[in-house]
Amino acid sequence: MPAIDRAALLRDLQRLLPGHCIVADTECQRPYECDALTIYRELPLLVVLPETVQQVQAVLQLCHQRQVPVVARGSGTGLCAGAMPHPEGLLLGLSKLDRVIEIDPLARTARVQPGVSNLAISAAAAGCGLYYGPDPSSQIACSIGGNVAENSGGVHCLKYGLTVHNILSLELLTVAGEQLTIGSQGLDTPGYDLLALLTGSEGLLGIVVEVTVRLLPVPQAAQVVMAGFPTVAAAGDAVGAVIAAGIIPAGLEMMDRLAVQAAEDFAGAGYPRDAEALLLCEVDGTSEEVEGDAARVAELFRSLGASSIVTSRDEAQRALLWQGRKSAFPAVGRLAPDYYCMDGTIPRSMVSRVLEEIARLSAHYGLRVANVFHAGDGNLHPLILFDASNPQEVRRAEQFGAAILSLSVQVGGCITGEHGVGLEKLRQMPEQFSERELALLEEIKCAFDPGLTLNPGKGVPILRRCQEYRALPARHQHA
Amino acid sequence: MPERPDGDIEQAIATQVRAAAAHRQGLYIQGGGSKRALLGRDCEAAVLDVSGHCGITDYQPAELVLSARAGTPLTALQAVLATQGQELPFEPPTFQGRATLGGTLACNLSGPARPWRGSIRDLVLGVRLVDASGECLRFGGKVMKNVAGYDVSRLQAGALGTLGVLTEISVKVLPRAQRTTTLAYELPAAEAIEMMNRRAATAAPLSGACWLDGTLYLRLAGEAGAVAHTARRWGGQALAEADAPWSDLREMRLPFFAGDAPLWRLSVKPSAALAGPAAQLLDWGGAQRWLRGDFDLAQLQGLASAAGGHVTLFRGGDRRGEVRPFPGEVHRRLQQRLKHSFDPQGLFNPGRLYGWL
Repeated sequence: MPAIDRAALLRDLQRLLPGHCIVADTECQRPYECDALTIYRELPLLVVLPETVQQVQAVLQLCHQRQVPVVARGSGTGLCAGAMPHPEGLLLGLSKLDRVIEIDPLARTARVQPGVSNLAISAAAAGCGLYYGPDPSSQIACSIGGNVAENSGGVHCLKYGLTVHNILSLELLTVAGEQLTIGSQGLDTPGYDLLALLTGSEGLLGIVVEVTVRLLPVPQAAQVVMAGFPTVAAAGDAVGAVIAAGIIPAGLEMMDRLAVQAAEDFAGAGYPRDAEALLLCEVDGTSEEVEGDAARVAELFRSLGASSIVTSRDEAQRALLWQGRKSAFPAVGRLAPDYYCMDGTIPRSMVSRVLEEIARLSAHYGLRVANVFHAGDGNLHPLILFDASNPQEVRRAEQFGAAILSLSVQVGGCITGEHGVGLEKLRQMPEQFSERELALLEEIKCAFDPGLTLNPGKGVPILRRCQEYRALPARHQHA
Repeated sequence: MPERPDGDIEQAIATQVRAAAAHRQGLYIQGGGSKRALLGRDCEAAVLDVSGHCGITDYQPAELVLSARAGTPLTALQAVLATQGQELPFEPPTFQGRATLGGTLACNLSGPARPWRGSIRDLVLGVRLVDASGECLRFGGKVMKNVAGYDVSRLQAGALGTLGVLTEISVKVLPRAQRTTTLAYELPAAEAIEMMNRRAATAAPLSGACWLDGTLYLRLAGEAGAVAHTARRWGGQALAEADAPWSDLREMRLPFFAGDAPLWRLSVKPSAALAGPAAQLLDWGGAQRWLRGDFDLAQLQGLASAAGGHVTLFRGGDRRGEVRPFPGEVHRRLQQRLKHSFDPQGLFNPGRLYGWL
């Protein structure tokens, strides 16, 4: 297969798109060279920013015909280099498809374009007393198309689920530009559940150009109980105790000492600086439900040795208590030039064992780490502090991160709970999957994209098993 | 139904699959046999009996996760969960104790709580399956969040066993509600649909909404105070037996389901106006609608499409023909390729889902 002729591709794209939708100049392409995992960077051949579904379709048809790799991008807030461009491909930015098409208050759905931000959906639905459940920390910026690609979670997914639980249908363009509807406005669709397969598929199977999400009624009331604990183990036990008491909190978050101190310095939320671990437990529902559950949670925390407990009295205090947690990443970011965020999921009961081991690894690699934990669903975000201008520290940070992922698999968990594999975790995939399992994942990829041009070199490691794959030139087997 | 002893026959299943593969012989995967006449097309292939693959392999109440072999009867799971005050949130039909966990996932069967508590498709966390070469594979796991690789576990929901032999399944479980109340209202269908959807849009512990023969039933389940308060606010007639209509609906024991007339299921937008024959049973807050009678698949699909969804010939009728509408050429191609990537020889449940698959 001949190398891609950039000039010819540009000429063809100029026939399909208005000039302002094409970014050909290297300097103007810089903002697209990475997602939020900035240690992986690459410039694409060209960036396109189409404004209509028809334009996206035309671009895909062209790329399919010329076998040009296509990497889709939403807002670029991803954390696994999933949207990092391909050096011989097109970066397909979907941020201009940003219209809320329709809110149906009775059926409780919103039809939106993929570039609409997560928070904008809830804002558009607020007048109907409804909101969109999944709330990743980046929700002010991250796009719903990206949420679908990564199956994003957030702090409320123990009770309200992940993206896959909160969407009803997708308008999908195949790699060849054919449009099809996946799912429906009902709850089940006959045939294979392509909606489940597409959600979290990291732009490897198709391009999402419209999403219908389910909306939830805004809870009547919510309260948060904050508790400091003298040991991580005590906080871990308290998490189990809340669940065992039959309470499903709307959010249940844990932070370790370094994260607590950084967050407190940053946000002044009133966190106890001397605590080894901090829990934030939010309960929501009707007023009766919330009052009862908040009191039970506080009592449980007290009986399990909490050194300090605060229950929010009003919305302002609830917001303040969350402010510390929600700004934990930037707060920790102030402690070092850079941080590297990991994303393993572990069984909840393993948390103190895993945190002890992470502390040992931290000493071994000579890098500090702050731990932020979606404790309710076992999703751990260790933030490794390092200096990206020091190549040795970058290497050690990567090794430290890889060790944490291996540890997550060893204790019965997985390498990524909500950030995705992307380019970053490809090397860890064989720890979680056997060769035959990986081969099957690759076959699934081939079923949708036989030419392997959609986000090549991400998500699923290459085994060269697939018949079509063997025929591919080296440039498709990126990284 | 006598209790079934625990047993691990995964290796024997794998051996049978390898033998079938060597002879290019199709297999019909059977657990409790409760759903042979439901959902799928007729399948004449030799039976692969997985009912002996039975037993809970892991249950951690504080993790909200239960893992069991695919042939384990749901009733056995429910009994163990009840000792810890927990339940299967998707409220599946147990069909006189015969329904198994594997069959329930393969058929994606969930009860009246489905719009609020999720389906088995929503709650499955991981599976083990024997693939078409007789190898045991594992996808997903026992944790709530896992986005490594494609979601092969959830893909099994509704695949009717055509992608592999499920051998072990992990699901999320939840605490049982403190209190349950059922409210009844005499209402025509149109008003019932409106009311179901309006109330589902308010913050309330709703966990069921169905309509039959002029009566709307709403189920409240959750924290005792919230249930009592909402029941007072909503009025209606509180039933003495709060669970009765729901278990009969879930198990398809209502008179509506009796007899041999073809049973159709429409999965549609919950607020869609009632269309077609008037004698319908509405469940899932309006999103699942049942019909009886000799109708034409294409004609009912026309109704379902207009209501934003699809129809399935759930039971009875001609099960040698298609029981689901044609999904379109692109869908067909993708589904055939997917099937091929799991089962290139077409060993598992041949023709069960579609004649062309």
